Amino acid sequence: MTTVDRPSSGSDAPDPAASDPGPPDAGLRARLVVERAAFRLDIDLTVAPGEVVALLGPNGAGKTTALRALAGLTPLTAGRIDLAGACLDDAARTFVPPERRDVGVVFQDYLLFPHLTALENVAFGPRCRGASRAQARAMAYEWLARVGLADLAGRRPHELSGGQAQRVALARALALRPALLLLDEPLAALDARTRLETRAELHRHLADHPGATLVVTHDPLDALVLADRLVIVEDGRVVQEGDAAAVTARPRTDYVARLVGLNLYRGRGDGHTVTLPTGTAFTTADTVHGDAFVAFPPTAVALHPDPPQGSPRNTWSATVTGVTRHGDHIRVQLAGGPGEAAADITPAAAATLRLEPGQPIWAAVKATETRAYPAG
Amino acid sequence: MLALAFLVLPLVGLVVRAPWPTLPQRLAEPEVLAALRLSLVAATLATAVCLVLGVPLAWLLARVEFPGRRLVRALITVPLVLPPVVGGLALLLLLGRRGLVGQWLDKWFDVTIPFTTTAVVIAEAFVALPFLVIAVEGALRGVDERYEEAAATLGAGRWTTFRRVTLPLVAPGIAAGAVLGWARALGEFGATITFAGNFPGRTQTMPLSVYLLLETDPPAAIVLSLVLLAVSVGILVALREKWIGRPA
Repeated sequence: MTTVDRPSSGSDAPDPAASDPGPPDAGLRARLVVERAAFRLDIDLTVAPGEVVALLGPNGAGKTTALRALAGLTPLTAGRIDLAGACLDDAARTFVPPERRDVGVVFQDYLLFPHLTALENVAFGPRCRGASRAQARAMAYEWLARVGLADLAGRRPHELSGGQAQRVALARALALRPALLLLDEPLAALDARTRLETRAELHRHLADHPGATLVVTHDPLDALVLADRLVIVEDGRVVQEGDAAAVTARPRTDYVARLVGLNLYRGRGDGHTVTLPTGTAFTTADTVHGDAFVAFPPTAVALHPDPPQGSPRNTWSATVTGVTRHGDHIRVQLAGGPGEAAADITPAAAATLRLEPGQPIWAAVKATETRAYPAG
Repeated sequence: MLALAFLVLPLVGLVVRAPWPTLPQRLAEPEVLAALRLSLVAATLATAVCLVLGVPLAWLLARVEFPGRRLVRALITVPLVLPPVVGGLALLLLLGRRGLVGQWLDKWFDVTIPFTTTAVVIAEAFVALPFLVIAVEGALRGVDERYEEAAATLGAGRWTTFRRVTLPLVAPGIAAGAVLGWARALGEFGATITFAGNFPGRTQTMPLSVYLLLETDPPAAIVLSLVLLAVSVGILVALREKWIGRPA
């Protein structure tokens, strides 16, 4: 897995304990282990101050459990959480309760207190942390202004739109300037258009936040726009980690491949050939040996009524299992050959082929359009 | 239809047979006024006692896992199904002059509870408490606990969370429970007459007056009954409009 480059400290302060991998003095370093009846979460997470990390994964992968453990709402079964140099939970002696953690949370459905106004919701945190009523209100007003809602300070949550409620929830979490900001599916409750605007705005606020930020989401677009780095979890384990470019170029699981819109197969590489367990062999431009992935985008798949001839192509006979409109092209789902595959073709080509489910067809991918990389 | 008639016709009879011309004058009679005042004061005090004791208990039942919680919940419903006379007798055996606790109160503090206004309040609180606890516990269970978690992540401890988040969210439930409990306390008869007796001005509440006046002055009994009926209907209307009828 990729390791994170921590921001290097000033050269005037050489670290005498450079060889000692002790807890960092800033940011989040955690190994989260939470066991439930039939589920085990076991992930490592590191987030530097100012960094935004997305925890991306399908429903039930354990993302929300991880967030709850970091917030102190679920105790760890094993592992350890260190934030800004202090241990929050070591699954044994230490457990700092949520109200004493320097952690802010934006919940999926915001959980704004329905009996308080937007201003009072944002002032709640500062008030609990000892600010006077006037101070807390002043701070809250400033934060509402920062998210562009100063004129709605007196509204109650049910009088706010989804996007406005989201911004109030963000202001409420940020008002304490937490060392760690957690966001649980921050855009999931919004409709498509509001989502677009809110996403861009959220990105701005997260980029400004000096503390560490962890965004939990199942939406790859949210993750790619908001985060500097992605941590992808499936079944309670990290399956891939890295920046957007690395993850989108070389997906390592079917889930990630689907997220980034690639066809992905695993097989054994032998130079320019990767042979799948199904027997299908892909000729690839990249050279790989041993356990390897082959990936190619749906747009690279060409469909033909008859076996194609000519240039070094990977061809296989397949069966159409689905045809759907996908933006300005047609997405064709195929079965057979290497396994399931998606092909994107133009509406014109679809019309010529007269595609319908159950129809046999030939699929072809140029070697130059494939990417092959080690799976080990 | 038959059931409806069965429920409504007696009340109609009450209204029809009421001595309307002499009503204001009968209401102004000192004994009636004394009974009315005693009833209102005792029921309100009993409700206050129920709130102080019942809300924390409801919170405990709704939010804290502890061994024997189911048993406690079952015990709370006992006064609901227990004949009030039995409740009154039980209170007498506990707090009476020779009762388990009462004898010590009598010996050490020279305090005698039975047959005082305090006894009325205790008897009424005894029968009203289950209503309040059950209503408040239901309201607490209806509140999304994640609001409390959100409060915790904002730095609120248990008490602050309860005071600033939970309590305002369950306020309608507490109010409903208090009104139900108050209504139950106001109509209390069996436990009161057993434990507190029937002394005009001291322990003779409206229901007791109604029963006694029926022997000596039936029209006056009807007048008092009408007052109780009016209060009950008023409570129903208030509950329906304020809490029950409101869409979620």
